[in-house]
Amino acid sequence: MSADIHGLVGAYAVDAIDEQERSKFELHLAECPECQAEVATLREAANQLSLMTETTPPASMRSAVLAGIKTVRPLPPLEAQSGGPVASGPVGGSSSTADAPHRGGSNVVQLRSRRRVTAWLASAAAAAVLLVGGLAWSPWDNSSNGPGSRGPVSATEQVLEAKDAQRYEKVIGGAKATIVRSASLGKAVIIADHMPAAPEGKDFQLWLDQPNRGMVSAGVMPHGSADTVTVLLDGDAATATGAGITMEPAGGSPAPTTEPIALFSFS
Amino acid sequence: MMVPMAATPSGPQPSWGDAAVGTDLAGLLRASALGDENAFAQLYDAVSARIYGLVLRVVRDPAQSQEVAQEALLDIWRTSARFDPARGSAVSWMLTIAHRKAVDRVRSAQASTDREDSYGSRNQERTYDETAETVERRLDAQRVRKALDSLTETQRSAVELAYLGGYTHTEVASLLGVPLGTAKTRIRDGLIRLRDSMGVQS
Repeated sequence: MSADIHGLVGAYAVDAIDEQERSKFELHLAECPECQAEVATLREAANQLSLMTETTPPASMRSAVLAGIKTVRPLPPLEAQSGGPVASGPVGGSSSTADAPHRGGSNVVQLRSRRRVTAWLASAAAAAVLLVGGLAWSPWDNSSNGPGSRGPVSATEQVLEAKDAQRYEKVIGGAKATIVRSASLGKAVIIADHMPAAPEGKDFQLWLDQPNRGMVSAGVMPHGSADTVTVLLDGDAATATGAGITMEPAGGSPAPTTEPIALFSFS
Repeated sequence: MMVPMAATPSGPQPSWGDAAVGTDLAGLLRASALGDENAFAQLYDAVSARIYGLVLRVVRDPAQSQEVAQEALLDIWRTSARFDPARGSAVSWMLTIAHRKAVDRVRSAQASTDREDSYGSRNQERTYDETAETVERRLDAQRVRKALDSLTETQRSAVELAYLGGYTHTEVASLLGVPLGTAKTRIRDGLIRLRDSMGVQS
């Protein structure tokens, strides 16, 4: 990544990139505070150009908007529990996007190398000695990290390596989705292998099934195709009783609007 | 313990962002988040001309522009609780939502129509005449023009085509006849110069 991807910061700030570049850049953005700051100031500057194009809208627009808001409930603030990822700036994408500002932003971490994936899969396979119905359970303790001591690890890695990590797999066509959940960390991660990109104008959205609240959005999969994509789910995975994936209009929906592609039960 | 986002950058100081409008837009957004429809009406009155004008500049067609601007405003209402003043000014947040929607609209329309054909000096002149009339006396607009004048010709074209034209950097490259990769650099350099000459601090 780096020099090359970093150079997209200006184009990204003014939406002058295609969807593929956008997802690629947002993966980078999540890990690059410099780019986050630059995007913010460049947007601020670009948006001043709208002072030159000010145009009074037709009067009918005011009544339409003010009538419209009566039928729309404002969303609650994004949860920022336990230092979890907080979405960054606005995106306001195609349809109902702004739900997930910088979708795929802070909570998307692409595994750094193939080797790490392989290593993880290998240890998961070892743990599968205790596998019952797709569930790997290591009933030890909550002390976080696995073998060896490395520097700070990302939330995703912590979940993958948590002692109480449970693993749920679904095969979807030629793709495989694996949810890894750590109750002690209250977080879940999805690993999508060979998942095709969602069609133009659509995104795969993740959901956590919360008691008394139903399916609550846990974010949107990055739009693009990589062999393996790993995404940290938003929301409290400890209370959730299950998870799901649906196809939604780009940017995601406040609630599922289509039949799930996959459902996972945490019981 | 979590992702590197913890190192949240302190957002740009909106030294002139909201001041340009002279209304506490951030406060109105907060009130909107609590369901205050009157606050949103005030917000509408303060920003609708900027939102609609920007969308119109990108989308061109007034009927479609109104549709897109309305969608953007409803999104702003719906997501008002998610505006974070630490990350920039309220007006910039709202315009970013509107701009993205406008760009999405022209890109999806582009699949069927070749917009390049209709984009040209004809349209550009018309737009500039129009805006000159509308905002001639506005100091803010003058300051923005002045800032734009500090850009090199190519930076200025690249920024205008990208932001006001709604083109991708690849399209900007071919419109300007510069190599791929050059346009994105010009867009970025142009925006940086624009930012610096308008005094946005980070």
